[in-house]
Amino acid sequence: MSAIVLLALGLAAMAGGYFLYSKFIAEKIYRLDPDYKTPAHEFEDGVDFVPTNRFVLWGHHFTSVAGAAPIVGPAIAVIWGWLPAFLWVVLGTIFFAGVHDFGAIWASVRNKAKSVGALTGDVVGARARSIFMIVIFLVLLMVNAVFAVVIAGLMMNFPSAVVPVWGAILVALVVGQLIYRRKMSLAMVSIVGVIALYTLIGIGPSVPIEMPAQVGGLSGNAVWILILFAYAAIASLLPVWMLLQPRDYINGLQLFVGLLILYGAIVLLNPTLVAPAYNNDVPAGTPSLLPLLFVTIACGAISGFHGLVSSGTTSKQLNKETDARFVGYFGAVGEGMLALAAILVATAGFATFADWQAMYTAFGQGGVNAFVEGGAFVIHNGIGLPEATAATLLTVMAALFAGTTMDTGLRLQRYIFQEWGEIYNQPWMKKPSIATFLAVGSCLLLAFGAGGADGAGGMIIWPLFGTTNQLLAGLTLLVITVMLVRLRRPMWYTLAPLCFLLVMTIAALLIQLRTFFEQGNYFLMFVDIVVLVAAIMVAMECTSALRRSRAEMAAEKGDS
Amino acid sequence: MHDDRDSGHDSRLERIRAWLSQARFFAEEVYSSRYRGAIARARRDEDDLFMLLVFSEMMGVPNPAAYYTLELQPLLLERFHDWHRRMGMEQSPLDHFKCC
Repeated sequence: MSAIVLLALGLAAMAGGYFLYSKFIAEKIYRLDPDYKTPAHEFEDGVDFVPTNRFVLWGHHFTSVAGAAPIVGPAIAVIWGWLPAFLWVVLGTIFFAGVHDFGAIWASVRNKAKSVGALTGDVVGARARSIFMIVIFLVLLMVNAVFAVVIAGLMMNFPSAVVPVWGAILVALVVGQLIYRRKMSLAMVSIVGVIALYTLIGIGPSVPIEMPAQVGGLSGNAVWILILFAYAAIASLLPVWMLLQPRDYINGLQLFVGLLILYGAIVLLNPTLVAPAYNNDVPAGTPSLLPLLFVTIACGAISGFHGLVSSGTTSKQLNKETDARFVGYFGAVGEGMLALAAILVATAGFATFADWQAMYTAFGQGGVNAFVEGGAFVIHNGIGLPEATAATLLTVMAALFAGTTMDTGLRLQRYIFQEWGEIYNQPWMKKPSIATFLAVGSCLLLAFGAGGADGAGGMIIWPLFGTTNQLLAGLTLLVITVMLVRLRRPMWYTLAPLCFLLVMTIAALLIQLRTFFEQGNYFLMFVDIVVLVAAIMVAMECTSALRRSRAEMAAEKGDS
Repeated sequence: MHDDRDSGHDSRLERIRAWLSQARFFAEEVYSSRYRGAIARARRDEDDLFMLLVFSEMMGVPNPAAYYTLELQPLLLERFHDWHRRMGMEQSPLDHFKCC
């Protein structure tokens, strides 16, 4: 199978989804109104509520939602062959993610730009809101732990990327200073920043930094995890203009450049997919495709994290309600394209099937390493960049994404601890330093608890991270569905994905529970049970909320 | 003839300039809009502290720099109402100075 054919099929399907399905959803289901006064106009304050150009808004909605997860998930899931991953990414983007992200913006805009958490409280009930908080906490916990493991693995496997990755952070710090202290023009600074970043990537392979296998009784991997958390803790406490803002900007540029290079190289090289469409010969210990595929690929098909972005910042800046379709649905399409690129390079970026098999020796193997190595192969043969440089470029891209998510995640987790300090009247917990310490501690516990003392097995929790992410998406879909029921509009377009997600998530959790029990991994078994309880509560909440709304509607009909 | 070419050249230059300014606008929006809120809030927090320093004498908190901050009071009066509301005081905390 040629990669270009698959690429064209995927892109055509997603374009069809955008032009046809999202149009139908916008007109018939959400019924967007171009004259509706959006919160950005109603509460305009120049701070949070600012009507923003839709292309700009799409730009940072997309860069906020696109991270390392749509790369890692699909690159792990191709172990079952390229076809299942491809179908789930494409159909998931069209019928799940697009409707979910777009719907989250719509629901928030129609409710004074409240966040999904607050909306769950208003629309569904106070109990659902508490579940929401717990699920968010679990998502953040897992995302931080798993991304620390991902970056540590990258640093160990690709020593050439160490200098550019940490150098990029320095570049961002300098950019922040130049813009805020020296008031230099952004255009000048971005050109200098991008040149500095690519110079670093260029010299990376000649100055590899290898972490020794053992450092004072700890494995090299474990040392990287500790360093990463130390970095993320400091970064999450710094003022945003100093590091977060310039780094996100540079990351955004990197994302577009990286996507362009990858797609360009695939088109020029037209590699053959060496992996089978459906892998009958999966390594021993690989769980069954159904239902695990649907939690292994969360971002890229549907992800609850997007609902937080959609309702947290995007909905406050929406200029016209009709822009929600472009920003939300097309944002999901952008992420689907990233996931599609990951699938293509992780299945076509190898010379032979045997090479591919050597990468995918067990479930959870391959992943981001397959993305980097496969991508480097495609870029090297497609546009002639040296393989080492291409690998460094992709490693930097993945590591910077994961790093951004980590410190944003840690910051959000700190807010949750501080909020708990407020609710339970614990003044000590409200201090930023202590709340950050608690957040880092809980993530480290998970990273090392799951993977043993060297933290190398941390990727075991990847599907578990997917389940929490899907639960979050489920809660958002529930809010949208209840709103639709109350408006007497068709609810199947959001209810069907919701039911599918809940069934797959609960099934995946049960299967994993058994695996963890058989492996004697009682720590993860405990985490699994916590998520499972949350999942069952979400499912019960869905049934009762929908039944209640329908009863209300029926009663109203009876009255009138 | 010469003029014609010149004006063509000018309009092209102008188009490039317009395009560049558009690009700059987009870049600046992308850079700042995501964090506008966080930065404005951080700045407001600093300003709030400054308000407290300026109006501290009036509320019975001694301020060694009162002599200098006194002349700032009229400049900050406009923000006084927002500030005391934000600090959780429904009415002006100063007996002799009511803004609402």
